[in-house]
Amino acid sequence: MSTQIPKQTEESTETETEADVASKGDERRAEKRRRAAEERARRQEEEAEKAAADEDTIELKVFRYDPEVEGKQEPRFDTFHVPFTKGMTVLDALMYSRDNYDSSLTFRHSCRQAVCGSDAMFVNGGQKLACKTQIVDLEEPIRVEPLPHAEVQKDLVVDMEHFYDQMEAVEPYFQTNEYPDGELEEQRQTRENREKVKMSTRCIWCGACMSSCNIAAGDNEYLGPAAINKAYRFAMDEREGEDIKQKRLEIIEQEHGVWRCQTQFSCTEVCPKDIPLTEHIQELKREAVKNNLKFW
Amino acid sequence: MHEHDVIVVGAGGAGLRAAIAAQEAGADVAIVSKLHPVRSHTGAAEGGINAALRDADSWQDHAYDTMKGSDYLGDAPAVEALCQESPEEVIQLEHWGMPFSREEDGRVSQRPFGGLSFPRTTYAGAETGHQMLHTMYEQVVKRGVTVYDEWHVMDLAVTDEEDPADRTCHGVVAYDIQSGEVSGFRADNGVILATGGMGQVFDHTTNAVANTGDGVAMAYRAGVPMEDMEFIQFHPTTLPSTGVLISEGVRGEGGILYNSEGERFMFEHGYANNDGELASRDVVSRAELTEVNEGRGIEDEYVHLDMRHLGEERILDRLENILHLAEDFEGADGLTEPMPVKPGQHYAMGGIETNEFGETVIGGLYAAGECACASVHGANRLGGNALPELIVFGKRAGRHAAGEDMGEAEITTGKDGEWEAADYEFEVEVGDTGGRDPAAADGGAVATDGESVLEAEVDRAKDRVDELLARKGRNHAEIRSQVQETMTDNVNVFREEGRLEETLGDLREAREAYKDVAVSDPSRTFNTDLIHTMETRNILDIAEALTMGALARKEFRGAHWRKEHQERKDDEWLKHTLVSWNDGEPELWYKPTILEGENKTYEPKSRSY
Repeated sequence: MSTQIPKQTEESTETETEADVASKGDERRAEKRRRAAEERARRQEEEAEKAAADEDTIELKVFRYDPEVEGKQEPRFDTFHVPFTKGMTVLDALMYSRDNYDSSLTFRHSCRQAVCGSDAMFVNGGQKLACKTQIVDLEEPIRVEPLPHAEVQKDLVVDMEHFYDQMEAVEPYFQTNEYPDGELEEQRQTRENREKVKMSTRCIWCGACMSSCNIAAGDNEYLGPAAINKAYRFAMDEREGEDIKQKRLEIIEQEHGVWRCQTQFSCTEVCPKDIPLTEHIQELKREAVKNNLKFW
Repeated sequence: MHEHDVIVVGAGGAGLRAAIAAQEAGADVAIVSKLHPVRSHTGAAEGGINAALRDADSWQDHAYDTMKGSDYLGDAPAVEALCQESPEEVIQLEHWGMPFSREEDGRVSQRPFGGLSFPRTTYAGAETGHQMLHTMYEQVVKRGVTVYDEWHVMDLAVTDEEDPADRTCHGVVAYDIQSGEVSGFRADNGVILATGGMGQVFDHTTNAVANTGDGVAMAYRAGVPMEDMEFIQFHPTTLPSTGVLISEGVRGEGGILYNSEGERFMFEHGYANNDGELASRDVVSRAELTEVNEGRGIEDEYVHLDMRHLGEERILDRLENILHLAEDFEGADGLTEPMPVKPGQHYAMGGIETNEFGETVIGGLYAAGECACASVHGANRLGGNALPELIVFGKRAGRHAAGEDMGEAEITTGKDGEWEAADYEFEVEVGDTGGRDPAAADGGAVATDGESVLEAEVDRAKDRVDELLARKGRNHAEIRSQVQETMTDNVNVFREEGRLEETLGDLREAREAYKDVAVSDPSRTFNTDLIHTMETRNILDIAEALTMGALARKEFRGAHWRKEHQERKDDEWLKHTLVSWNDGEPELWYKPTILEGENKTYEPKSRSY
């Protein structure tokens, strides 16, 4: 599996206003870039020495790329040696590397408890949430790369826009007009129905499934596992009416919808929330078939 | 330059609800957030949403429990609004499709929570916040509200008047994390701050890394008082290694706390003879640390939370998420062994001073959710009261900002009404951080029309970014950890005068260090080094105000325990602590708590569980 090499940007992405251009700031920044490159080389050497002397460190090979910084425009891997502590996760190791060795090391992260979905990465050849991946479960050296099949913005950060667009394409919001009469009365939902949709509602939009999907890699318009799962979440909810379910089936039955899925199960394998994605896609295929049969 | 009627800063529960409400009231709304909305920390809330939904329950009982839980430092008009409106808001969420846990008859389930006289906590497994966040984001998508995600708001554009009450907020200045562009966001009607918690002031916290209190700090620097900052909730059950939260739902369902001698200490050592594990959070946190300090902790650090007796079926039905958290982050199997837990920073009861409509003392500036202090939680928040706060006050702020007439507020803001200057002498000077402050706070150039105020602020922000990127100096990470360590060592569950003073000194040193801070990553693309550097400034400002409040309040109330003062002193301290930033000089003052509600006055009683 290879990481997609990011497109070289045609022009500098620097966006300073006129006032900044040709100012001393530019020169200072250029000098700073040179300094940063030197500093990095020096740190790497130090780290390597330190690692040789200390057995309790782990070796992390991290993908680096920045379209703007000299020396980082050509993608490469940097090696970090991090002191190991019990319970350490890939995210902990990355944060340690950033805070102690190279503050320009860039990755998204926030909740560090597997619910915000921002730190999905490609770790030792698999899509994982860095925050819930224990170092002890991995073989060294640990290779950390951005999610495959997405454009790399910088280091481990990928562009998520396409993923968000696909999520929005399925009309990802509850739709019903059948409200109970009482002012303060909820709609009823059976326990069984809640159980049925429960797993589908756990999606944290991390994008791991989309990144692992061969079909999505080849067909940019394929809705993909996360979006189809989102459609499932609503289509199977008994509180939405029949007419709306009809509309939802039309959306997922479109050319780049459920029928593209070739049941390879890669999405299900990588999902950090254990959502049976492939199963949900198959169930929607069955619903679509049943629905179409009605007209014959 | 972007222009909208209402700008909402932050896209968690309060921000999303505010945006929906403002849009429904006819405003053109935009959300500006440093995270994509579904990444917000509301998603990590586990336990549930309190709402008096059943006939046997009432909003009055909910209000009584909340006032008692607050140790009589809540303001009744805000508390009553919370309790009156949360049932309707929960039903609204259900109508938006939120997948609540259900009873046999199909109604939403409710469970007992600490400090509640009725099992009124509605929930969706142990992932209530996740479901609520996603349900509301779905509604934002449905309504086509504009979202600027991965834009870090740096500061507010506020007019430069002597008196904060004469100032007006015209918008915000934000930094596009993806491109490095600095841009102004003009708000014709109002700016709503909904930036959430400030847990990163401490190093053992349930809060996300992004929870650096940005909104609180920028409102403070613009002249809005910070209210009751000393009241920090430490949640009794967080995982020792990471601070990951183990929901109060575990105790709500019958989970038991044991010390190293296998004693059910909440009862056996008399901490809460009636409610035991379900006493309110401050009581349980102190009990756990007392056990550890007296040598009955495990590995001198934590206690055990046992849920094995609940049975696999019930655990999987209601607490499944907890099994995953304990397994993934602590390596403990909750089905076969007790889970290690200790108190961790969880929630800030204090924050930006607002009235019950989310208005601050500055015209056109609102705040809602954890960053705000209306105040509904007083000295101690009850479990299950944060999520209804987000929706009730998010909605209220949104509607008010969009121009709806909501009547006269009962809670005053700023030095309006009765207030009292503090006579506290701080041993340690507190002050500026270096870098440039908004005109309103530093007495800079006077501009009064919105356009020029915003432009001036944008220029200042651009200069600041250029300066940070160009110069050489200290790394923020070192300064941030200094702050987090001193706060965790000294301004934690147990507090004493000398160590609080020591902390103010440490913070002063960190401020000095911050004057030399510099960003070593020169890139304009996704420069998290720069973002974290700006956040560190916010952490510093907040830590200082928090510690000042803790030093000044010489009593024991709610979550604020003081070694030298072991009783609640109602004669002197039924009042809120406020800290105002005047030209970089923090000023401390007080205003009385409002105990008169709609039909009754909440008489302070001793709080026992």
